[in-house]
Amino acid sequence: MRTALLFLATVGLLALVPLGVSGYVIGLLTFAWYFGVFAMSWDLLFGYAGEVNFGPTFLIGLGAYGAGMLNTLLGWPVPACVLGGAGIAVVGGLLLAVPALRLSGPYFGLVTLVAVLMLQQGVTIGARWTGGEIGLALDDVLSIDERVNYWVALAFLGVSGLVLLAYSRSPAGLILQACGQDRVQAGALGFNVAKHKVAAFCLSALFSGLSGAMLVFYYGTVSPGTVVDIAVGVQVIIAAVLGGRRTIVGAVIGATFLVVAGEQLRPLGQLATFVVSAVALAAILFFPDGILGVLRRIRRQ
Amino acid sequence: MLATQILVDGFAISALYGLGAVGFTLMFGVSGVLNLSHGSTLLVAAVTAWALADRLGAYGSAAAGVGAGVAVAFVTYFMIVRPIGRSRAIPAAETEIFILTGTLLWGIMLQEAVAYWFTTSPHTVRPLVDGVVVLAGVRTPWNEVVTAGLCWAAIGLLYLLINRTRTGKALLAASMNPRGLTLLGFELSRIHLLVWAIYGVLAGVAGVLLGSFLGVSSDNAGTLTASAFSIVVLGGLGSVPGSLIAAYAVGYIETLTAYLIDPSLRTIPALLLLVLVVYIRPAGLLGRR
Repeated sequence: MRTALLFLATVGLLALVPLGVSGYVIGLLTFAWYFGVFAMSWDLLFGYAGEVNFGPTFLIGLGAYGAGMLNTLLGWPVPACVLGGAGIAVVGGLLLAVPALRLSGPYFGLVTLVAVLMLQQGVTIGARWTGGEIGLALDDVLSIDERVNYWVALAFLGVSGLVLLAYSRSPAGLILQACGQDRVQAGALGFNVAKHKVAAFCLSALFSGLSGAMLVFYYGTVSPGTVVDIAVGVQVIIAAVLGGRRTIVGAVIGATFLVVAGEQLRPLGQLATFVVSAVALAAILFFPDGILGVLRRIRRQ
Repeated sequence: MLATQILVDGFAISALYGLGAVGFTLMFGVSGVLNLSHGSTLLVAAVTAWALADRLGAYGSAAAGVGAGVAVAFVTYFMIVRPIGRSRAIPAAETEIFILTGTLLWGIMLQEAVAYWFTTSPHTVRPLVDGVVVLAGVRTPWNEVVTAGLCWAAIGLLYLLINRTRTGKALLAASMNPRGLTLLGFELSRIHLLVWAIYGVLAGVAGVLLGSFLGVSSDNAGTLTASAFSIVVLGGLGSVPGSLIAAYAVGYIETLTAYLIDPSLRTIPALLLLVLVVYIRPAGLLGRR
């Protein structure tokens, strides 16, 4: 409850940011908020369900391309496209999760990784409809006003964060955690492990898909390099782990840190990714609980 | 003519896949580690051999490449796998996913470092032997023959090591029952060290051969890990013979697709096969469990 209030207060404060900073910073943060939702959705699976999803971009990409293609091919209005894209991500996620969650650990990870590779190939092969490697320019955008875009993204982050926080703190979330930490014991207590994991996967797919869909309408384009590539998925993973796993809120902190750090390190050119990975690796080795874990430890002392 | 071409090309590429996957599966079988920096280890070995070719000649640089593979393997073990395994802050139940994430990040660091110093363009290691030979009516580069031969030689040596020597048998025992092995007075950490050394040599050889046969670019380190991972899962995690069978299945399926259907679809049928096998028989073709 206190986390939720603190989260809401922070989001409220952040809503004032566009009044005082340049358009460049606004654009950067807008992306960070969508990226934060990617990381939160991933944390729900990693931290709570105990499954390493190496393919966050499968869900994100489905939502993004689903929405983008509904817009360019069928000419649907933006809100319908976003919802449609999210729906496609959930259906795709279900098709992937129901059989895959029978598998555990590395097998699940592999299937999700393969799913991304197949989606990427699918985009290339269906270049007539998807625009292939170059991508697709959409007919509509969310808004041409950068501040409106910022507020939409921030509001979306706030709502997603609250829903995911509420779910993770609810009885269902606790059961999910139990399933993730010891599926045999959770099963022995009478909980349907598969059902809870599939539900978590759907929720994760829903928010990943929504966020992917809204991101492409913010950009006005959709391309494999921004929403499907494995490198994007790795960034999501780094963000969630860096911020602190099993916290939901930590994922947003990690994502913001990553986006801002990536921008600060731009002068390093190619070495930027190296430095970011090295920092994340050091965090895993020395502070496995992430930024939020460190903050909590400091407060306790 | 086309059939023999496919047969010959498929054999060489499959042998290479086999060698690339064997170290990965051995590592999982003995110490339960899935090393997601595998592709980058191959990459570093290949690029080292390429970069030193002018100074050390074909053989010297190949040896240096293998050495680089071993060095990377040890760094991976001492800097990432062992500290995570021993960390008190990481609960035992989560060690596995931390090792997965840690080696993934380490792989990206290696990949980016190679991209920074040697660019992302593809590099081809100088072949050990030049010239072509006619095999059953197919003109084949000597390099392809040598690659297949060396791969099988390395796999054969590994077989002898595991089945004919005392140390090798200890490795095999560790993959079956590590606790039993410690009760017999073997130091498990020394076994792990040995496994990483063997892994390094296998990955180094595979990397150098890959570099001379297909060429490597820092961009495909991730794809390399994914292929090795797929082959190993297809064959059954931890099963060396299973990985070899799977390597041949994938190698020939890819070659057939490339020759008969379309080179751009090369990887898709193998991915579909993988998904199918994982759903129907998660333990893989020859997996235990």
